Amino acid sequence: MTGSLLTVEQLSVSIATRRGSVAAVRDVSFAVEAGEVVGMVGESGSGKSVTALAVMGILPPAAQITNGRILFLGRELDPIRRRHGQREGLAIIFQNPRAALNPIRPVGRQIVDALRAHAPLSSQQAAAYATELLQRVRVGEPERRFWSYPFELSGGMCQRVMIAIALACRPRLLVADEPTTGLDVTTQKVILDLLAELTAAEGLATILITHDLALAGERCARLVVMQGGRTIECGHTADVLTRPREAYTRALLAATPRAPGKGPASADFATDSSDAHRSKLPLLEIRGLQRHFRLRQTGGLFAQTWARFRRTGAPRPVSVLRAVDDIDLTIGEGESVGLVGESGSGKSTLAGLVVRLIDPTAGRIVFRGNEIGTIPARKFTRSQFRHDIQMVFQDPSGSLDPRLTAFAAISEPIRLLGRLDRARPLAAVVGNLAEMVGLPATLLTRLPHQLSGGEKARVGIARAIALRPSLLVLDEPTAALDVRVQDVVLDLLARLRRDFSMTFLFISHDLAVVRQICDRVLVMRAGKIVDGGASEHLLTAPHHPYTRDLVAAIPRLPSEHRDESAGAAELFRGVFSG
Amino acid sequence: MTTVAPTTVKLRLPPGSGSLILLAIVAVAAAAGPRLAPYDPLATSVSAALQPPSASHWFGTDALGRDILSRVLTAARLDLAIAAAAVGLSFGIGTAAGITAGYAGGWSDRLIGHVTDMIMAFPLFVLAMGIVAAAGDTVANIVYATAIINIPTYVRVGRAEVLIRRDAPFVQSARLAGNGTFRLLLAHVFPNVLPPLVVQASLNMGYAILNAAGLSFIGLGVRPPTPEWGIMVADGASYIVSGEWWVWLFPGLALAGTVFVFNLAGDGLRDFLDPHRRH
Repeated sequence: MTGSLLTVEQLSVSIATRRGSVAAVRDVSFAVEAGEVVGMVGESGSGKSVTALAVMGILPPAAQITNGRILFLGRELDPIRRRHGQREGLAIIFQNPRAALNPIRPVGRQIVDALRAHAPLSSQQAAAYATELLQRVRVGEPERRFWSYPFELSGGMCQRVMIAIALACRPRLLVADEPTTGLDVTTQKVILDLLAELTAAEGLATILITHDLALAGERCARLVVMQGGRTIECGHTADVLTRPREAYTRALLAATPRAPGKGPASADFATDSSDAHRSKLPLLEIRGLQRHFRLRQTGGLFAQTWARFRRTGAPRPVSVLRAVDDIDLTIGEGESVGLVGESGSGKSTLAGLVVRLIDPTAGRIVFRGNEIGTIPARKFTRSQFRHDIQMVFQDPSGSLDPRLTAFAAISEPIRLLGRLDRARPLAAVVGNLAEMVGLPATLLTRLPHQLSGGEKARVGIARAIALRPSLLVLDEPTAALDVRVQDVVLDLLARLRRDFSMTFLFISHDLAVVRQICDRVLVMRAGKIVDGGASEHLLTAPHHPYTRDLVAAIPRLPSEHRDESAGAAELFRGVFSG
Repeated sequence: MTTVAPTTVKLRLPPGSGSLILLAIVAVAAAAGPRLAPYDPLATSVSAALQPPSASHWFGTDALGRDILSRVLTAARLDLAIAAAAVGLSFGIGTAAGITAGYAGGWSDRLIGHVTDMIMAFPLFVLAMGIVAAAGDTVANIVYATAIINIPTYVRVGRAEVLIRRDAPFVQSARLAGNGTFRLLLAHVFPNVLPPLVVQASLNMGYAILNAAGLSFIGLGVRPPTPEWGIMVADGASYIVSGEWWVWLFPGLALAGTVFVFNLAGDGLRDFLDPHRRH
């Protein structure tokens, strides 16, 4: 019993499911000192969140602590702390801040609720303190934001409000469970800077749970690496990252995409297609492309009717969102072009325009010398180019029909758009595709919910390449995947591109991933392309201030260890490619 | 993290199978009703009028001496047939309209929305009464009336479910795979919105049976002497005060039990149709 702020000793948690109980956390021990930032890294299902919930005493009813104890400030905590005051000194912030906030209550009031639950304050005092807290988490115009509803705030703002609520309890220990997953890279940096600053200013200890090793490496003094409910490795960040003892840690490290910078230039994918593959013919040409969305008029039915009734001649101005605003773009045959930008920059709309799911407001889309932008999206199904332009979607779960088996999903485009070939029955073609993307043939009869995230991603890719399209648009194909699965999928995509000389338009918010797979990168912001150039050049020596901000915000691994771990990585990539 | 601790193995039927078994019993009774009936449901006998339940007449006899058990069993077929036809009609029309409204949007959505709003502006049973009174009290008209008042439910459920999925990635991905709009709706959207609609249909069956019986109860539906639960309860109502409880109780129980079974089956179906519960 040392003076540690938090000590977790041999904690085991099991969760009851329909098929018996599953040990989610097994024999986990670690300690957190006052004022320290400890990173807890691991993939989904590694037990990091369950450990955090156990520390907070908010395990779901199906979960049960089967062994071990948790000491906080030298006191042993009850497994289920129902009594008031048992959670004093502990606070948690979650991954999806918007979901964690009450959608129908102004955010200021929610801070007040937290304040008054912990201290006997009058509502005026609490409101004043809540405004002060909003100021401390750097919310601009705190008096006005006090009355904002969560849907009026950006994701980053919502996370700041969550942090303010956490601070309202005057915690000694803050558990941050993937606090920036789903946020843009620049927002991520701001939020983590804010957390670091608050931690230092208030002497707060933080457990930072993340799947991003680079991020943990940058922000934490010590790391706890978890896998399959166990702590695999534990130690000072520099030691873990530069001299990992465990094979699993090395595999994780190897899979983490390299941020541009001091690290060795990746020679594997980027160079092979730059000029050699690029023919003179452009595959896709976009000229002056625009897509505007009319925003809904503010006010409800009555407000609108009243406005119309009182109209004095001039029509109400309709506000228009220029999601894609005058874009010119040329992609050569065989090229791999990356498109980066933050959420709301219009990159997904551009993807929809290119694959002809969305109709342009103005401008031309020319594919192989044919204008395809004028064909309405509804009719494009029957176009001769439908099979030639395909897409891999962002969310592998959402983009598969929940009622189609993997086989049906992969075979659908072949049945509808392909030419049926007597010599090669459908089953053989699909089997071949599954093999190409590394999907075991035994999984073809499964429904999407019976597949893992990585397997679903493979089904999505197999479906998209089933017709051998010449242009493949990839909309954040790995954003929902664990880092090791992401690495395997990126390898797969690079290989498929080489084998079928496909052209990629690769959309991502993750510059490190884009760098790995693209020859050329375009930076998009507010519907316009603001910067562009060869990947290596653009990401190592960015000129445009916005690109510079983006590049600066990427978390980096310490660069030395990369080479020595690379060999081991190759070795383990085979083992873990699931 | 998939160490499965040894647990006792239980024999597990698919979820909701209990209610589906009950449903099967009701269906068998409806199919074989007339053959199971011990007496002719229309045969009157003045000497045996208003007899309490006994070994020869399990449910007793009514004022005309007809065997109530035989009449209850025979009536099951008619009541279920009316309800099934009405639910089938409203399911078909309502679902098609709802999916169209949800997917196409625009003027078709507005038109369909206004029509359903108009139907729902009436007290539904009064609307059904009005339709039957105006069109004449035939069995077909009871079916139409019951169907019309139920259409809005399917339109609303169908529309809402389609709206959620209209822009879902899997629908877009299906478009890329070469599905035209019609095939897209039929092969991808419809199967995914079906479960809530089927649950709705099952719950609706109970309501439709009550509605048909209700119309008969007030004299607008099936005409006597045809055995029908609503008429039988109406007949029995005049004997509540004089103490002949069996005349209204047994048809009433049959009615209530059937409605209950359909509601239960609706919940059972919901569990059964959820792809996440299939293993």
